[in-house]
Amino acid sequence: MAEAWQTFWSTYSTLILSIGVNAMLALSIYLTLSCGLLAMANAAFMGIGAYTAALLTVHLNWPFSAVLIAGGLSPALVALLIGIPTLRLSGVYLAMATLGFGEVVRVVVLNLELTGGPLGLNGIPLQTEWWQVALWLLLTLYGLARLRRSKVGRAFEAIKEDEVAARLMGIDVTAYKLLAFVLGAVIAGVAGALNAHLTFFISPGEYGFEKAVDILTMAVLGGTASPVGPVIGATLLTLLPELLRFLKDFRLAVNGLILILVVLFLPRGIWDPLRFRALWQQRRRVTA
Amino acid sequence: MLRIQQLSKHFGGLGVLQNVSFTVPADTIFGLIGPNGAGKTTLFNVITGLLKASAGTVEFNGRHLTGVPPHRITALGIARTFQNIRIFKEMTLLENVIVGMHDHLDYGFFSLLFNLNTFRRQESGARQRALELLSWVRLEPKAGMLADNLSYGEQRKLELARALATDPKLLLLDEPVAGMNPAEKAELMAAIRTIKARGYSIFLIEHDMRFVMGLCERIAVLNFGSLIAEGTPEEIKNNPQVIEAYLGREETA
Repeated sequence: MAEAWQTFWSTYSTLILSIGVNAMLALSIYLTLSCGLLAMANAAFMGIGAYTAALLTVHLNWPFSAVLIAGGLSPALVALLIGIPTLRLSGVYLAMATLGFGEVVRVVVLNLELTGGPLGLNGIPLQTEWWQVALWLLLTLYGLARLRRSKVGRAFEAIKEDEVAARLMGIDVTAYKLLAFVLGAVIAGVAGALNAHLTFFISPGEYGFEKAVDILTMAVLGGTASPVGPVIGATLLTLLPELLRFLKDFRLAVNGLILILVVLFLPRGIWDPLRFRALWQQRRRVTA
Repeated sequence: MLRIQQLSKHFGGLGVLQNVSFTVPADTIFGLIGPNGAGKTTLFNVITGLLKASAGTVEFNGRHLTGVPPHRITALGIARTFQNIRIFKEMTLLENVIVGMHDHLDYGFFSLLFNLNTFRRQESGARQRALELLSWVRLEPKAGMLADNLSYGEQRKLELARALATDPKLLLLDEPVAGMNPAEKAELMAAIRTIKARGYSIFLIEHDMRFVMGLCERIAVLNFGSLIAEGTPEEIKNNPQVIEAYLGREETA
């Protein structure tokens, strides 16, 4: 029994831990989506966190917990700086500006000597244990759940539904948007730091446009009405390519097809409390 | 209470408000009437900080509101409803009203994160208050419903309760009975009177003459961006300029 578990874990631990990391990434974009912002900078924030953390470990030998915190704080600082000018934008314009920022980060990392340029950083010690991924994911979920039940969460939702009305309810819309953006950067940064110490090697290509789209897809597929959705979306999108391995060459095509079907039939994502609520009421009406 | 002086607002070359001056006294129901496009909603937008005046000033209890952002103006004690209802449709009625209490919930980050006493006490206090406000407009039984499921008239009443939740001194109502049937109008009229009796001042825009004349203690009339009359309902009813603006002028042959 113990032996079977050992084999299982040694085969699948990377996959399981990347579900955790991806769930954190999806939750990081959920924060900005929950106040109606389509910001696509989370892959870049992940990269900043990953490189900061890896460099601190490799060159300065910082303790791992300090490294993780620094990995969260460094993209937060960047988010604070770029958030002030860009969060005035909305809709696609914000998406384009933040994707542009992501490209800037990628190119800077690509050309710096410190970060190893296009070759990336090699030999990052494998310090991420499974319980650290679990702990940070739970901390994130707990924090987001608390936020949701407070005036902060209500402010986010009000901004998403009607910015003008939110403003006139006494909500400082600009400040709350910035808060969502910066908190999202913290989560993405920690996820990046955890991931860097899980994979031995990081390179600028991992944090580009494709990753930004992946993160958004996970959150939207799962549903952005509550933190549960992004976790489901991340789990599904991480497992799907593995589960479809038997399809060989058609794997990615079927993967894409499943995504299209979900979006077509469940436009609000898989986890949609509003739909559950409607179903529940319907059932009660039938039985009554 | 609210003093508007020489207020002008231009959009490009179009003068929507021109040198408008009047005062809304405390403890009254004040009405602003005028034909479509007279600039009534624009005036509300300037007062609440959504638009910047081109010239002139708005003073609220002696404080200049020029350049003050909308959320600060709300904190100073002005709340409003909208002509084209702007409730939060995917929230419950209760949540809608609690959003209005944003400024009055004062708990720190730690008490939020760890569900401390301050947090619990304030949140449950807000719920109680929200239910009370909903009962003022008779929506309390539907507190847990999604706002989207309300009828048109109910949505207007919810907006009223939400505006009251900001604990305003002055309540701006933008066409509160637009689209309502006579029974709903009568009910809302009674609700507004009760609200006034509870110590709120009310400043409303309305098209429905009977409603305005029956409810307001003072009325101002706006036509093509200029103030043409101000006075009691009796005075307004008999003012020749007002009659002309509403009914047109008789051609002299």
